Amino acid sequence: MSVLSRVMTWARVKSPWIIHFNTGACNACDIEIVAALTPRFDLERFGILLKGTPRHADVMVCSGSVSRQIEDRLRRIYEQMPEPKFVVAVGACACSGGVFQGCYNVRSGIDKVIPVSAYVPGCPPRPEAIIDGVVKLLGTLQAPPKPPIRTVGIAPQP
Amino acid sequence: MANVTIPVGPQHPALKEPECFKVTLDGEKIVGVEIRLGYNHRGIEKACEERTIVQSQYILERVCGICSHSHSTCFLMAVEEAGKIEVPRRALWIRTLIGELERIHSHLLWLGVAGHELGFDTLLMYTWRDRELVMDLLALISGNRVNYNMNVLGGARRDITDAHRAEIRKALPVFRERTAYYARVAQEESTLIARLSGVGRLTKEEAIFYNANGPTARGSGVDRDTRRDDPYLAFPELEFEVVLDDHSDVYGRTLVRIGELMQTYDLIEQIIDGLPEGPIGPARAIRRVAAGEAVSRYEAPRGEDIHYVCTNGTDKVERVKVRAPTLGNLPAVVRMLEGGFLADVPIVVAAIDPCFSCTDRGIRVARSQGQDVWDADALRAYAIEFYRKRGLDLTRVKAPGR
Repeated sequence: MSVLSRVMTWARVKSPWIIHFNTGACNACDIEIVAALTPRFDLERFGILLKGTPRHADVMVCSGSVSRQIEDRLRRIYEQMPEPKFVVAVGACACSGGVFQGCYNVRSGIDKVIPVSAYVPGCPPRPEAIIDGVVKLLGTLQAPPKPPIRTVGIAPQP
Repeated sequence: MANVTIPVGPQHPALKEPECFKVTLDGEKIVGVEIRLGYNHRGIEKACEERTIVQSQYILERVCGICSHSHSTCFLMAVEEAGKIEVPRRALWIRTLIGELERIHSHLLWLGVAGHELGFDTLLMYTWRDRELVMDLLALISGNRVNYNMNVLGGARRDITDAHRAEIRKALPVFRERTAYYARVAQEESTLIARLSGVGRLTKEEAIFYNANGPTARGSGVDRDTRRDDPYLAFPELEFEVVLDDHSDVYGRTLVRIGELMQTYDLIEQIIDGLPEGPIGPARAIRRVAAGEAVSRYEAPRGEDIHYVCTNGTDKVERVKVRAPTLGNLPAVVRMLEGGFLADVPIVVAAIDPCFSCTDRGIRVARSQGQDVWDADALRAYAIEFYRKRGLDLTRVKAPGR
């Protein structure tokens, strides 16, 4: 690894900017993503910042079973992101379609449309699980490429 | 200068959900708004017809992640009425309690999102920090933070123990204190008042005409609340006043929501004090439901939720129809935006507390004699005629795209 690429990886890992895109989710995953960014969980301590446009983002956080209407937009927004780009699928629907699997209007999973780097299961996943997924993704940026990460869902408190 | 059309959505920093508002501008002024729905259409109503009632309850809970308890309760209330299933009193009170806890989380969430849309991110961080308290309570009672699954057909899934009640009692003073602080911010913070006053105006007459519901209507002084007008669950036995405001703009809607938060704390206190003893559900799980049909209404945090259910004596439903509160509020949004400024679009849209995942789940194809597919003009003519017979003149409502 050259010095320049080492510096670039360091910068990327210290401050990844994310874009959140709802691809037909029920809002549950979306509010948990926002909850992860707010004071109790505070994702910003990892340098993660929520941006409004895909052109500024390194990581796209997707939630929801991709509906047919949104499929083209998802592809278009993914193409607008600069390289290198990563996608985190949050929630059972984004991973595999979840309860909506088999519905006539859903594609059952982000990875049917665009490549996914990390999967966070759960309906919805707790904010801790989302943070775990994002941090694990950042860990892989420093290491040589490996198969996609699957985080283990954190059990709810008794 | 020629008019400019700007699409807001389906991916837009101001909208948390995919929806498209095509805004036509003359300079900075909005002259026309066209809403395009359906990006979030998943086909839930069709999916319910293929699944058993027990499974449908789970899928309807995921109509919307924020008012999940509202949708599943509304659906089960309709099924129970259609199948004449008796629900124990304690279960009704537990359902009410979860519904009111959900209202706290939804209104605090809204307050934060509204702050965010104004560029007042401190408010977002404050309210979302306080919201974690109610999320903890919900996780303690139901085991999950968002989709609680507290209902079963004919009862409640989990009981409220004394430990739960003690935790809720401990949290209520904190909520009251924080909400009183937000109420003070809303009443005294001059920047906030100046930003919200006069934005997204909707007069009382317009609110009634465009069929606004929930806090959107109450913020315009329309005295309408399903919990009082058509009491369900434990509401016949509870005492509360409907919170009204006559500012008729985004500021009024904010005050209504903060007032409702205070009201909800009193309701929760009444519920945990008066929780009746007894069983929480049927001894054996009910699977088949007698044939019948019913409509149920439920005051969700965003407005009135309506479910129509037709059962056929098997373990499946013949038909489910969901009318989510946001769908009822959308015509009013078009009215609120017209004549306003482009910079006000995010807060005006956010002010109805939109939930497009609720709105987009079903499309109905109208069929009639010999004519299988109706075009927009025919449907509009039919609708105008339908309502004219019932004494309402809808010719003033603009059709989209015209």
